[in-house]
Amino acid sequence: MEKRRLTLQVNGEAREVLVPVHHSLLEVLREDLGLTGTKHGCELGECGACTVLVDGKPVLSCLTLPVECEGREITTVEGLARGGELSPLQTTFSELGAAQCGYCTPGMLLTAQALVQQQARPSRDDIREALAGNLCRCTGYLKIFEAVELASARMRGEPEPAPVAPEVVRG
Amino acid sequence: MLRLPAFRYVAAGTATEAARILADQGPEAMAVAGGTDLYPNMKRRQFTPKLLVGLRGIEGASGIEANGGLSLGALTTLSAVASDPGILARWPAVARAASLVASPLHRNVATIGGNLCVDTRCTYYNQTEAWRAAIGYCMKKDGDICLVAPGSDTCWAVSSSDIAPVMVALGAEATLVGPQGERRIPVGSLYGSDGIRYLTKRPEEVLTEIYVPDRTGWRMTYRKLRRRGSIDFPILGVAAAARLGRGNTVEEVRIVLGAVQVAPVSASEAEGFLRGKVLDRDTIDQAAALAYKQARPLDNTDLAYAWRKRMARIEVARALRELAGLPTGDLPPVVA
Amino acid sequence: MAEEQRTDLSVIGKPLPKIDAAAKVTGQLVYAGDLTLPRLAFAKLLRSPHPHARIRSIDVSRAAVLPGVLATLVGSELPIPFGILPVSQDEHALAIDTARFAGDPVAAVAAVDEETAEAALALVVVDYEVLPALMTVEDALARPDCRINEHGSHGNVHKEVSFDFGDVEAGFREADHLREDTFFFEGNNHLAMEEHAAVAHHGPDGKLTLWSSTQTPHYVHRALAKVLEMPPAHIRIVACSNGGGFGGKTDPFGHEIVVAKLSMKTGRPVKIVLTREEVFYTHRGRHPVRMWVKTGLKKDGRITAMHFRTALDGGAYGSYGVASLYYTGALQTVTYEIPRYKFEGVRVFTNKPPCGPKRGHGTPQPRFALECHIDRFCHDLGIDPAEWRLRNTLAPGTLTANQMQVRTIGLKACLDRVIERSAYREKRESLPDGRGIGLAGSAYLSGAGLPIYWNALPHSGVQIKVDRGGGVTVFCGSTDVGQGSDSVLAYVVAEELGIEPKDIRVVTADTDLTPVDLGSYSSRVTLMTGNAAIHAARKLRGQLLEAAARKLEVPVERLRMAARRVWDEADPSRGLSFAETAVLAEAAFGTLGSVGWYRPPKPAAKWKGSGVGPSPTYSYSAAAVELTADRETGIVRIDKVWIAHDIGRALNPLLVVGQLEGSVYMALGEALMEEQVFRKGLHKIPSMLDYKSPTSLDMPAVESILVETLDPEGPYGAKECGQGPLLPVIPAVANALFDALGVWVDEVPITPEKVLAALEGRYRSPKMPDYTYPETVVVAPLEPAAPAAPPATTALAEAR
Repeated sequence: MEKRRLTLQVNGEAREVLVPVHHSLLEVLREDLGLTGTKHGCELGECGACTVLVDGKPVLSCLTLPVECEGREITTVEGLARGGELSPLQTTFSELGAAQCGYCTPGMLLTAQALVQQQARPSRDDIREALAGNLCRCTGYLKIFEAVELASARMRGEPEPAPVAPEVVRG
Repeated sequence: MLRLPAFRYVAAGTATEAARILADQGPEAMAVAGGTDLYPNMKRRQFTPKLLVGLRGIEGASGIEANGGLSLGALTTLSAVASDPGILARWPAVARAASLVASPLHRNVATIGGNLCVDTRCTYYNQTEAWRAAIGYCMKKDGDICLVAPGSDTCWAVSSSDIAPVMVALGAEATLVGPQGERRIPVGSLYGSDGIRYLTKRPEEVLTEIYVPDRTGWRMTYRKLRRRGSIDFPILGVAAAARLGRGNTVEEVRIVLGAVQVAPVSASEAEGFLRGKVLDRDTIDQAAALAYKQARPLDNTDLAYAWRKRMARIEVARALRELAGLPTGDLPPVVA
Repeated sequence: MAEEQRTDLSVIGKPLPKIDAAAKVTGQLVYAGDLTLPRLAFAKLLRSPHPHARIRSIDVSRAAVLPGVLATLVGSELPIPFGILPVSQDEHALAIDTARFAGDPVAAVAAVDEETAEAALALVVVDYEVLPALMTVEDALARPDCRINEHGSHGNVHKEVSFDFGDVEAGFREADHLREDTFFFEGNNHLAMEEHAAVAHHGPDGKLTLWSSTQTPHYVHRALAKVLEMPPAHIRIVACSNGGGFGGKTDPFGHEIVVAKLSMKTGRPVKIVLTREEVFYTHRGRHPVRMWVKTGLKKDGRITAMHFRTALDGGAYGSYGVASLYYTGALQTVTYEIPRYKFEGVRVFTNKPPCGPKRGHGTPQPRFALECHIDRFCHDLGIDPAEWRLRNTLAPGTLTANQMQVRTIGLKACLDRVIERSAYREKRESLPDGRGIGLAGSAYLSGAGLPIYWNALPHSGVQIKVDRGGGVTVFCGSTDVGQGSDSVLAYVVAEELGIEPKDIRVVTADTDLTPVDLGSYSSRVTLMTGNAAIHAARKLRGQLLEAAARKLEVPVERLRMAARRVWDEADPSRGLSFAETAVLAEAAFGTLGSVGWYRPPKPAAKWKGSGVGPSPTYSYSAAAVELTADRETGIVRIDKVWIAHDIGRALNPLLVVGQLEGSVYMALGEALMEEQVFRKGLHKIPSMLDYKSPTSLDMPAVESILVETLDPEGPYGAKECGQGPLLPVIPAVANALFDALGVWVDEVPITPEKVLAALEGRYRSPKMPDYTYPETVVVAPLEPAAPAAPPATTALAEAR
């Protein structure tokens, strides 16, 4: 079994690991670096739970080899908050209930993070399209869309869209 | 957790170097670009190479150049292809097909060359080792019969590339680099007639570039059928391209079906029928009926195959209507 | 003012974030698969390749000597059977003599790492004698001699029932119109994003701890004690945060027992994480059900009688199947007036992964049938389906024909709101060809009225501790599967003690630390733990107020508690902080702590089988679905869904809407694309690529409406919302399709080829299996003296 000593830039830190080359980035993050925020739901690239950013682009860590990541910036969900301060997306996901069981959330957040960095004003359709590789079974995605929109508005420093409150009636 | 089988890894610096390594190592070695097709197959043990030759670092193998024709480095990601302004403007079907492959997460690493070489698929084949052992294996891997067509002596795994039908329709060419040099072949002749040996290229040859001719004056489209809006492989793909003269007279036309056979299928009868005719509702319906005959899907991908076959007629007609500027018959946008 | 009518609430009813939201968005919430311990070993399961086979022998000797292998395990080492229901103790952690479906675990290995364990499996040699694979209900009924599971009633019939409530034949004779329909609901999987995982550690003290992705730690506790023959006192089950459940993690599972046993054998902690394919084999998902319904009606649409038959394809084991079977007949009666009712059902064993409870447990299938059937008889009679539903909803307090006690019912309001908001009346029969709108109503339990095993104990217990700094810890056995049950505990206790949810630490789902709660199933948690938490908190509140009253020298009645403060209503400047009050109370009463519990009211019905269906109260929902269908392809696109839900009271509207939207999502998956199907004895599509779960691009817009009925049995009037809102969406899709295209598809998923077949007159309605239901038990009506709404017998009511 071929092992390699690799230096991975993870969340801004240089992390040295000695790993078999056939271990995926998902395995190395979770099992060697203890970054269990990155989840897995299929390990075949079919669900998006393991999404991380490599050089700012969301990719499936279950289908990524660490040996191909040297010299590239890897961001996991643990790297989104800065100095204990939640990122705008983390804040809105939390406020709007966009995380139900929380299991798809790290992958969703990273995909959304790449989107809001790339596009200052993503439309609902842009968001739907960008998140189309991240499956969620709890939310029906709608709260996630709203959370991305709200975070994006805050990042632009614009007035926030009015919260969508449901109609409540006495029965 | 599903894990990859153990292998050694070497990053190739040039295509020639990759080809030499592949030639030296023989069947023990495989090339990998984005890995989104190969790694799932390796995790299910369709492939257990002892050595992976990484193509990502090959110099000059990714990039988009549009001067007259379009040169696409084979390592160019599908995201890059889908969003390139030049491609969107001049070869929109290429951008569209690229944008419809798998999911955005795949497209950020999956390459245009990789999609052309994507392994043929079958619900008896794309299963884990334990599942395939349980059913007794099929001829594509470890077995000797075709489980979808038990009387067949060839494999019927389905060509599942979205890019291939478009490239065939546009008359694109592929550059293959071997240990001794390179050759350029029409993309259409990249594909074989068997689900196992689905590529005609030699195993050690590395696909480095796709060249799409200037199609100024052509109209083109790609349509993809699948159950969900994302992630899924095509259960039918239709690429259509045409040069139309005055009054929508067909000067040249190409119609290529994906995911109906072991290789992309040129609907040659339909093409022949249309040449010289005015592209209108009537000729379109007749052409679609001819194309439909060439679709021979089997029960080895999603949804009922009889339905998929019928969809070939409808999707070809809609593709041609797109080219003719007629209402396609697709659902109108959501109004509720 | 009655409790549920209260308007002076400061935490309840607010759209607060979940208490664990920050942990979730930072990736710090710990799921079972994230756990690691020193010397952790890994287990893998070897599964049967055959759908049905006798196991002649298993040879693990080669696997055992593979370097890195720590232990092997076969079924004969765990000979005691288990199962979730006392009547279905039919599973073994590893199959002993017979493998009953392809994927049934037969052996296990523990090794130093997962790859080694996997490699060792290949060295296990199992000698199988292949038996006939009975993959369909018909095949299984045709071979009573070839029994899949000995625990059934006879042949391959697991369980059969037949009850007549009020002589349906007499009702049919009174009818002006009779209508019969047959339906099929295909099975499907929960597909929780998290694959099941478990870690067991048998420590040097001889005690066993199991961390697991389970919705029901209490039942796992019982199963483990039974199979391992250990005193329950020596076993601790910790349910980790679940990455989605939907009912898929409510059985005790073989893999949980296997890691426990392997930990005992190796003296090391042992972990297992199932692959996605294995989750499809573990299953317990929606039963495939065929249904026949016959209804007698008067000309004006009043139902005179209804006869409902179901046939369930159960898979190879019992699981919750007996309950599932009863549920396919239990709740038809709690929505609309059905004076006479007959239910016949059968569950059949087949050589497939066992079915069980999925969101709506046994009721989405008959609800689909019933609500489609309603639209069809309305069509026959020329009655607007919306008017029919509005006219025929039950009155509050109705005791149904099958003796289910309805309390509050917001169904009419739900229907009314979605009808108006969707413009159903204007759109039906008026949209352009290919576009249609459909409507349906439904009901669900707010918790099962009876526990899974018979006992007289509370269903939910809560313990609260208050410390001198004003911190409050709430202990409860309930399990958060993502629905937010931990947060509900914090909201309720914060409300009662006048503090903020943030001041509360919630400790849940740990059998060593927390009082029993039966688990996250049957939509019971908010109602039952909420009531238990109120019960516990009120006792503490009493002590706190009394201590404050003494200090402030004002009567207790004049004190108010909120925002971490206790004050005199007459002079708000005079008050104490919560922390000060806590210190005073501890000085006065000693160490502060209290317990509370909840036990549902005794069901009215006494007939054998009536244990399934009663609930403290029912939730109600209505949905309108607008869609566009393509006549050429048969493809259906959902354009919009309106969902209204009788939530009783929304304890947190944000979380309620989340459940509504999630229910709509899951319903649309089931209506259009999800199906657990088999071919040549094997699961055809055991992956997340081939099993189709809707993506963000497949989700339509949803408008949610909350209907508050303020139910006296619910905490502050609350009912459930996690399951009920799924129910009406599926039939509303089928009804909308009829409006769009004028054709009926009698089954789900409604795939394009079925739509096309229907358009071309080729569609063949499902057929009931050729099966004679057992002799009918005629259930006598309850004595007229029985109270219409029996008083709640809960601890909470006593506390009030």
